[in-house]
Amino acid sequence: MVGTSVITLDDLSIAQIRELLDKAQYIDTHRKEVAHTCDGRVLATLFYEPSTRTRLSFETAMLRLGGKVIGFAGAQLASVTKGESIADTLKTVSNYVDVVAIRHPKEGAALVAADAASVPVINAGDGGHMHPTQTLADLATLRSRFGRVNHLTIGLCGDLTFGRTVHSLIETLCRFGDVRFVLISPKELRTPQYVLNRINATPSCSYVEVSDLSEVIGDLDALYMTRVQKERFFNEDDYLRLRDTYILDEAKLALAKPDMAVLHPLPRVNEIAKEVDDDPRAAYFEQVRNGMLMRMALESSVLGDELPGFAEHENKEVMA
Amino acid sequence: MEVTSIHDGIIIDHVPAGTALKVLEYLRINPSATKLALIMNTDSRRYGTKDIIKVEDADTAIDLDVLGLVARSATVDVIRGGRIVDKKTPTLPERVVNVITCVNPRCVTTTEPGIDQVFYLDRADGDVYRCRYCDEEAEF
Ligand SMILES: [Zn+2]
Repeated sequence: MVGTSVITLDDLSIAQIRELLDKAQYIDTHRKEVAHTCDGRVLATLFYEPSTRTRLSFETAMLRLGGKVIGFAGAQLASVTKGESIADTLKTVSNYVDVVAIRHPKEGAALVAADAASVPVINAGDGGHMHPTQTLADLATLRSRFGRVNHLTIGLCGDLTFGRTVHSLIETLCRFGDVRFVLISPKELRTPQYVLNRINATPSCSYVEVSDLSEVIGDLDALYMTRVQKERFFNEDDYLRLRDTYILDEAKLALAKPDMAVLHPLPRVNEIAKEVDDDPRAAYFEQVRNGMLMRMALESSVLGDELPGFAEHENKEVMA
Repeated sequence: MEVTSIHDGIIIDHVPAGTALKVLEYLRINPSATKLALIMNTDSRRYGTKDIIKVEDADTAIDLDVLGLVARSATVDVIRGGRIVDKKTPTLPERVVNVITCVNPRCVTTTEPGIDQVFYLDRADGDVYRCRYCDEEAEF
């Protein structure tokens, strides 16, 4: 993984993703030991559109590994790039830093950046296209709750048409295999055919499409909630009606398994009632922590900086 | 329909009906400066209807990659002295550079200067071409 840019999760093998999951888990329980893993390293966060929570996650990850951070975001952009191409900015910044995290409103921008850069580039979201570290956070949350990411029944609820994080999660889980998908959405926001084809092409995976969350919630090991966004609708009435149909509250949660995990990429609007936050099944703030841990695992891995004690720890696990 | 025969040149047959002019454009054959016959929307046993392009005195080195991209069902007969001396079928190129442009307005290729338009063949999804940057399906 050393020197690798991660633009989509297809850039990583399943073995590499498993290793990142192992590393994230190790980091969580060995924070002091890993605190100097990236001493002397510098991360650039190039955020061509504001996404404060994602930027903070990337930056905290590097700081917790002992590295330093530079970058720009949103408002500072004009003065930094002066209309310069992405390629030229990356060729410049490559001289300053050891690794780059880029967020850009245009689809494919991270690939342009990786082509131009001489250091590894991590995609922190390129338009609605790809957001691989979000999917890594989702996987890490399944792993921390269940000890595995497959052999599960996973419900995905809300906007399944435009929610690319949902598509990325489904496609990646298909690579692991052995997942039952329950796709819960209004008929206006169903899963696109190419994603269904991906599930069909995976013999160990299957799916059902339903429109009523309450009806299926009892079957689920995990429930992935998404935002239903207003701009997807032609009229306000449809939006309000559909938005309120897919709200998770305590009443619906009462029908779920006692160890079901509720995930959400955050920020939420109103699709998860605040009362759910105190339920032990709420895993979405844990997901934020897992996102940071996975970014720590990823940043150190592409830099080739070994986590002190990790190799020994893994060998012990194998022996035991 | 009466089909004028040609002496030296190429016949591109089984072109999808109604697309002959577009195919010429992609092959960079200028119809206003080339001796050619177009037969459009004629009967085809194989496809129902089809177009046929006949080019007299053509440079026979037509780009089979580009032809595969816009008319993958087409066949090419090379004519010398009034006889077919060679038959060619287009290939489906794995990668196409600067032949088609991405139609996705959110794609980085719409704003980044000096960038190549690169499409790849997506064999997993019915042999469609997708933009290397945004994965949008190509439109012709
Ligand atoms: Zn594109």
